[in-house]
Amino acid sequence: MILGALQTDFRDWLTCGSNDAAARFAPDAQAGLVVYQSNYRAALMACLEESFPRTAKWLGAADFHASAARAIDAAPPDSWSLDHYAATFPQSLAGQWPDDAVAGDLATLELALSEAFVGPDAVPMDANALRQIDWDRAVLTAVPTTRLFTLQTNVPAIWSALASDADDPTPEPTAQSANILIWRQEHVACFRSLAPEEAEIVALLIDGITFAEICGRLVLARGEGAGVQTAGQWLGGWVADGLLHHGAPG
Amino acid sequence: MPIPTFSGFGLGLRKPHYADFLETDVPVDFVEVISENFMVAGGRPRHILRKVRERHPVALHGVSLSVGSAHGIDADYLVRLHALVDEVEPLFVSDHLSWSRVPGFNSHDLLPLPYTAEALEVVCANLGRAQDVLGRTMLIENPSSYLAFAQSEMTEWEFLKAVSDRTGCGLLLDVNNIHVSAVNHGFDPVAYVAGLPLDRVRQIHLAGHSRGETLLIDTHDKPVPPPVWALFAHVMDRVGPVAVMIERDDDIPPLGDLLEELDVARTVTSRRLAA
Repeated sequence: MILGALQTDFRDWLTCGSNDAAARFAPDAQAGLVVYQSNYRAALMACLEESFPRTAKWLGAADFHASAARAIDAAPPDSWSLDHYAATFPQSLAGQWPDDAVAGDLATLELALSEAFVGPDAVPMDANALRQIDWDRAVLTAVPTTRLFTLQTNVPAIWSALASDADDPTPEPTAQSANILIWRQEHVACFRSLAPEEAEIVALLIDGITFAEICGRLVLARGEGAGVQTAGQWLGGWVADGLLHHGAPG
Repeated sequence: MPIPTFSGFGLGLRKPHYADFLETDVPVDFVEVISENFMVAGGRPRHILRKVRERHPVALHGVSLSVGSAHGIDADYLVRLHALVDEVEPLFVSDHLSWSRVPGFNSHDLLPLPYTAEALEVVCANLGRAQDVLGRTMLIENPSSYLAFAQSEMTEWEFLKAVSDRTGCGLLLDVNNIHVSAVNHGFDPVAYVAGLPLDRVRQIHLAGHSRGETLLIDTHDKPVPPPVWALFAHVMDRVGPVAVMIERDDDIPPLGDLLEELDVARTVTSRRLAA
């Protein structure tokens, strides 16, 4: 038997339990194949459990496991990295739970935090660096773990309740679109909600934007005094949060 | 490039013991890490690895090279492993005699190979490519297996010897895996050991297993059992300087329990040397 065909047969056994394939390996292969199939599914289930603990808490163990099992059946892993496998789960959940948008939103948030946790390192700008900046030319850039996306529900509040050890009631889900900012500060992945105006500017920070342009946009929106004051407040907050990357030209 | 010998006793680095390894002087001669857990861009995993590396020699042990894949090994995987090897400057780089991928699919499990001339060609070509890219000679570990292919033309130990002869790779001998496969397939573990090029063994894994309905399962969730200790003693009579470690992946006990097991390995080794 050609090795490539045997390995394709083995994949078919793992994903579909094809007995036609099993018979081609050995007359007594069944018991061993069951072990391999069990190991295969257990590894993927463990990956999803570890990657989405709060989503599991939201759905409940039985529904989460059933959802994960359906996702494993529908989309076998195609990458050497289990992190890549976890990345497919939020979309699967959103499709499986069309009337519970919180499930997909929670999984999206958990995935983004996991990705930030192992994203590229960067030296954040510290407050002392602000004094040496040429403000006419300074390009501000967000740290490379920064991501900005929109969720459709009040997931930030639900997340906090699920994360708490206290028996605080979990808020009722509501349709409440929110801009979510994700980044990593030191070794901790963080998130917060942003108002639309700040979200618009932070989106530009991801690729780099001059501080002069930020001021210009805010002055147009809020007027001279309030615009410059807001730009200064946001800048202080971004630096304190470790959101800005050190080393931008200026 | 020949693999230098290293004599010592170590443990696998696992999450429950990160604080022990970062904050205390753990009495081990080396630490083994699962390569894939650290093949990420940055963040806490890479920070921890750098800190542990400051204190201990580190062996990189992979599970996803898929050296037996008929369709070749993943180029992206090799690039990332190469970057990790360059940063860590590891004692050893190892993976398993197994496969896990076909195009569009990765099993994330160590799947068995038929021991055929064709599979030998595939393994040697893939391993040769990996060693060329990494710029160093690797160790290949004997797997536990739960089925023996009717198509096999040679024993596992004959296959391993041929791979080592042709690629120059060293061997990571997992004594528990020999025991598990010997029970599952009914071969003699002593004959297995006798058939290997023992002068090329550079590292030894010791672990525990579970009993399934009809097969032993390589679960790494229990202490090393007596038959594995006995086979380890037999092996230590026949190998040169090696790096010996306890490999525990599930139901992970406090670090002190694993250090006590490692002391048993030290005692067995010193008795054999004294004899």
